[in-house]
Amino acid sequence: MQNRIEKKFFDLETKKEKALICFVTSGDPDLKTSQKIINALPKSGADIIEIGMPFSDPMADGPTIQRSSLRAIQSGINLKKTFNIVKEFRKKDTSTPIILMGYFNPIFQFGLTKFFSEGSKNGVDGLIIVDLPPEEDKLINNYTKKFNIHNIRLLTPTTNKKRIGTISKSSKGFLYYVSIMGITGTKRPSINSVKMSVGKIKKITNLPVIVGFGINNPRQVAQMNSFSDGCVVGSAIVKIIEENLDTKNKATKITKKINDFLKKLKKKC
Amino acid sequence: MLKKISSFNKKVNFEKFPDKFGRFGKFGGRFVAETLMPLLLEVEKEYKIAKKSKEFKKNLDYYFKNYVGRPSPLYFASRISERLNNAKIYFKRDELNHTGAHKINNCIGQILLAKRMGKKRIVAETGAGQHGLATATVCALFNLKCIVYMGETDIKRQAPNVFKMKLLGAEIRSVKSGTATLKDAMNEALRDWVSNVSDTFYVIGTVAGPHPYPMMVRDFQSIIGIEAKKQILKSEKRMPDLLIACIGGGSNALGLFYPFLNCEKVKIVGVEAGGKGINTDKHAASLSKGKPGYLHGNHTYLLQDKDGQILDAHSISAGLDYPGIGPEHSWLKEIGRVKYVNATDKEALNAFKLCCKLEGIIPALEPSHALAYLLKNAKNFNKNDLIIMNMCGRGDKDIYSISNYLGVNL
Repeated sequence: MQNRIEKKFFDLETKKEKALICFVTSGDPDLKTSQKIINALPKSGADIIEIGMPFSDPMADGPTIQRSSLRAIQSGINLKKTFNIVKEFRKKDTSTPIILMGYFNPIFQFGLTKFFSEGSKNGVDGLIIVDLPPEEDKLINNYTKKFNIHNIRLLTPTTNKKRIGTISKSSKGFLYYVSIMGITGTKRPSINSVKMSVGKIKKITNLPVIVGFGINNPRQVAQMNSFSDGCVVGSAIVKIIEENLDTKNKATKITKKINDFLKKLKKKC
Repeated sequence: MLKKISSFNKKVNFEKFPDKFGRFGKFGGRFVAETLMPLLLEVEKEYKIAKKSKEFKKNLDYYFKNYVGRPSPLYFASRISERLNNAKIYFKRDELNHTGAHKINNCIGQILLAKRMGKKRIVAETGAGQHGLATATVCALFNLKCIVYMGETDIKRQAPNVFKMKLLGAEIRSVKSGTATLKDAMNEALRDWVSNVSDTFYVIGTVAGPHPYPMMVRDFQSIIGIEAKKQILKSEKRMPDLLIACIGGGSNALGLFYPFLNCEKVKIVGVEAGGKGINTDKHAASLSKGKPGYLHGNHTYLLQDKDGQILDAHSISAGLDYPGIGPEHSWLKEIGRVKYVNATDKEALNAFKLCCKLEGIIPALEPSHALAYLLKNAKNFNKNDLIIMNMCGRGDKDIYSISNYLGVNL
């Protein structure tokens, strides 16, 4: 069976489009609202959805995503409920790839076999585990193969040529280039240095290269897309959720605001 | 007592661990974001070179002797011994070190390494403030910029150390995220490091974190055990029967234990913080009540809920208030080389008071836990028993929180 991620990149290439990957935290601000937000993402322009699995100690995340994880944990989210969100989403959408992103401890406690079989059963296509570098990911390699869930690896400004080679050789789906040295939603990436790095990576691999961290406006998306295969937007979307927590009909209002924001970004893809 | 602790009779060469992947059995490893990976590989490489360098060793010895005040005495605590059925208990007096605890041994080592690597900026996390204080001190000595991350809660309960760090020129960054204690300070220090990899060195204060930190911190702290072994052989002409130390992350304990691990006949006990009791939800006993998991770059025992979210630790002593533990301890527990027990806040406080009165030593609340365990089991000792306890810190920093606890207004 073909993975939805490959199919999506193939379709985008045919249409000469770049990928817009949208991140939200599972269960933020609560289960019901979160489901509505996620369900609405494809129509707003999201080509791929990245769902954060909240962890109490998100080492690579900036304040915005830290707070959203905390909100979600306090609202009672866990992996079982996250898989349920994916299951509900899949009832209406069978083509948009879903990537789960998070830290290793909650996955390990859930049980690796259970995690991957639930993921595969409910329609998860990819996985980003921030604190599982290539040196340690043999812990999950058998599962990713068996259940056809791609382990999406991160490349960063500190990853040297040799590592890029090793990492891309064993990667599937796409490579995620972290545009800054830092945590999510903080620094602003320098276009020129990202361009150079992405160029270097593209000489080594044929996999699509997606740029993420610190991207929050249409202009940046256009610039990044001139040399990459797409962008990830995360903290900027989570911020919209955070700024509208107290409004009446928050689900409707938040999805509308996210829709307006993403439409502007997708135009640049 | 000694009979209660079973001897270790497996053949393990403890000097061979960690393996090249930074593993102690299944524990340890390197679970960090990709941004840090190349840097950790570099730290490991540079540390290996430094370890073999005569120059580095000479420098380390120089500062240990002339700046820290090593070797620290091994003192026969005769009046406490009387309370332990006349077993002979010696205190390894690392509380007499410059800055008042064992923490500075590791700071000197890591900062000498950071200098070799040309780093200009040091970040550290601190709970009780002892590691922050030691880092700030060594940074002042070597003219390096020093940023200390400290939980908002800890800043309040460790005011004297916060003031001292500022006097030494360090910048204290208050951490409000999560539960605003040591684990969050460590998250924040890691985030800082990820953001400033090129000029910054992260000085981790305990035997935790990603490889090579657990190994490196253990090696720098093992001066405690190396000295203690020489000193006990000189004064008693034999090896001790029992070593005992308190455990938060576990650096003072491993510093004492490590040089003795291969001596099978020496029994070893680590005392975790039992807080209000390990059957309540207010303690820091990761080994007794936690489960193996992944946090701060390594695989180890952690206090966590069923979903793998990390729980708050609690202890009267800020230095033991950590929901994890060094991975080597997790391994030593699983193979049965070290017995891990606990003492409550109240027991530690009683031991603290007794030590002041009987020995004229005001101990930190951390080693008071180790002493509390000995006192609790006093009846089981006999006069042939020879014990070394690591007196890893002095109590000056705790005076305010203890007076507060006892309802005395200072």
